[in-house]
Amino acid sequence: MRVVLAEDLALLRDGLIRLLSAYDFEVVEAVDNGPSLLRALTTHRPDVAVVDVRLPPTFTDEGLRAALAAREQIPGLPVLVLSQYVEQLYARELLSQGTGGVGYLLKDRVSDVAQFVDAIKRVAAGGTAMDPEVISQLLTRHRDSSPVASLTPREREVLGHMAEGRSNAAIAAAMFITEKAVGKHTNSIFIKLGLEQSEDDNRRVLAVLAYLESSPAH
Amino acid sequence: MSSASTWPERPAGTDRPEGAYPAAFAGVAPTDLAFAQQPAGYRDVAVHQHPVIGSAPATGYPAEPGYSGYPADPGDATGRTRPAEPARPPRRPAGRLKLFLASWALVFLVIPAWVGFSLLVTSVASAIAWVGLFLWLGTAGVLRGVSGAHRKIAGCILGEKITTSYRKGGSGVFGRLRVVLTDPARWRDVAFMFYAISLGFAISLSALIAFFIFPIGYWLSPLLLRLQAVTTRTLVGPSGEAALQQRIGQLEESRSESVDHSAAELRRIERDLHDGAQAQLVALGMNLGLAEDLVTRDPKAAAALIADARTSSRTALAELRSLVRGIHPPVLADRGLTGGIEALALAHPRPVEVDVQLAGRPPAPVESAVYFAVAEALTNSAKYSSAQTTWIWLRHDGTVLTALVGDDGVGNARITPGGGLAGLERRLAAFDGTLSLASPSGGPTIVTITVPCALTS
Repeated sequence: MRVVLAEDLALLRDGLIRLLSAYDFEVVEAVDNGPSLLRALTTHRPDVAVVDVRLPPTFTDEGLRAALAAREQIPGLPVLVLSQYVEQLYARELLSQGTGGVGYLLKDRVSDVAQFVDAIKRVAAGGTAMDPEVISQLLTRHRDSSPVASLTPREREVLGHMAEGRSNAAIAAAMFITEKAVGKHTNSIFIKLGLEQSEDDNRRVLAVLAYLESSPAH
Repeated sequence: MSSASTWPERPAGTDRPEGAYPAAFAGVAPTDLAFAQQPAGYRDVAVHQHPVIGSAPATGYPAEPGYSGYPADPGDATGRTRPAEPARPPRRPAGRLKLFLASWALVFLVIPAWVGFSLLVTSVASAIAWVGLFLWLGTAGVLRGVSGAHRKIAGCILGEKITTSYRKGGSGVFGRLRVVLTDPARWRDVAFMFYAISLGFAISLSALIAFFIFPIGYWLSPLLLRLQAVTTRTLVGPSGEAALQQRIGQLEESRSESVDHSAAELRRIERDLHDGAQAQLVALGMNLGLAEDLVTRDPKAAAALIADARTSSRTALAELRSLVRGIHPPVLADRGLTGGIEALALAHPRPVEVDVQLAGRPPAPVESAVYFAVAEALTNSAKYSSAQTTWIWLRHDGTVLTALVGDDGVGNARITPGGGLAGLERRLAAFDGTLSLASPSGGPTIVTITVPCALTS
């Protein structure tokens, strides 16, 4: 799988290259600034891009902007954005294009290598990988006056995992329950939130995220 | 309690249609601008615009004392942070009865003015024998009293406060004498005394006499008295130097406050780092060292220690993240005030209507101070107001940046000394900015933040 990597700190860049190579990813180019990132993405058209939000020359959200611009040119280009902090504003911008193939994770998540690699693969396959912190912020917005409040604690947990972009199998593994039980919970969640069920995992996740993104009803 | 009855100055409610903010804001704007020069005055006006603000809370917040910004103690219900400044009703020009009394007072003030004149002549005449120099101290005191009384009366007539400042200090008789002799304000007193016993007296006397001649006195007397007051203000009102001195006082105060503030912030950051991330990194290093030791003898235990180390690193990062957010939120650096406020609204547990229009970016320290003020206002709203909707409105009119944060909650919010809002008020003061709070019992609550600044594109 061909990867373009953008990270300005040499220490982290080398670490990520080592990590990705160890899991049989081919890092076709590793760049350290926004403009080169946009060029690398449009020329290499990688299977997935791993991008740090903050890059030179401005040291602001250069990486995010380059990734969004590249996705404008190549719709659906899978991009996994890494950051020292998560900001709902950025999650919304990544998701606003309505297609999958986006991920937004805290840099710390890299330390859980298996999950991180799983997230890259998911994004490359057109799925989503949202940081649990983004999801928990979204869920707090639906605390008391939204249908989300009517979910059981177990269902809320499943909803959280689902919004992060995990498949039923992954949710089952994380919660130590059977896939069938997860299926039952997701059914119930979709009915309570009034969402249409979809066989397609990605579309299901996007529907849930769009629902959580919208302002809670009064 | 409807908002219209508690808050007659403003159009009803916070459930504004699009574009209604400027209308709701219109009642505040002029005083806000005035506040940029005179913080104390504005706060007085703000308090008096909302008579309910001083009443004891009937309903609303639970009566547990001590949470920041919303004390249960109705005694501290003025919403002010500097108790040293007494609340004053807004001054209005005097009515005819007051003018009549003022004309009497002005006429009789000629007596001390003559006393001053005689003292002056005597002290000048005896200056050669040194005695006059000491007599001069007493003369200056009398003259100061005369012009002071004229200032008071003129202030009453014009409906404003006329102040001036005299130089202080000077130890010993000679030191004191030197200060008095070199103070321009004293010499203005002398000049004014000549006016007060001649033309000034004539004007005052005519005004008094005219009062008894109907009907010309009805309009002539007030006119004459106003003329007299304006002349007084010009002669012994605030001089350029006095205004500068006042400004220096303000700057000294806000400077020492911001120095204190940043010192306290640095201490807090140091403590947070010491107890948080630093400690976590020490634990991490310890675990890794142990794991290194154990990796051949007991790989299982080593693996467990490495897992612990990973947890420590995550916790340390989380603590650093929250610390960084408190110092300078990354989104503010990335996207400026507009993006920062948008992000704040998104992270708020309740829906927030955001109406922010900025043609450029304010200076970074202003951005940061306004951002934290808005954040604090939002936090308070979420914690205590039980509001259904919260809104943020922000504009820059060319000279002043104004941000309003409002909610339709239960009101009764206060700025408590030492609380979050008071701290931000001090921080804003460093830029001549202000933070004021209007929160009558029953709501709505509106926090107004103004900072004079220029925008850069």
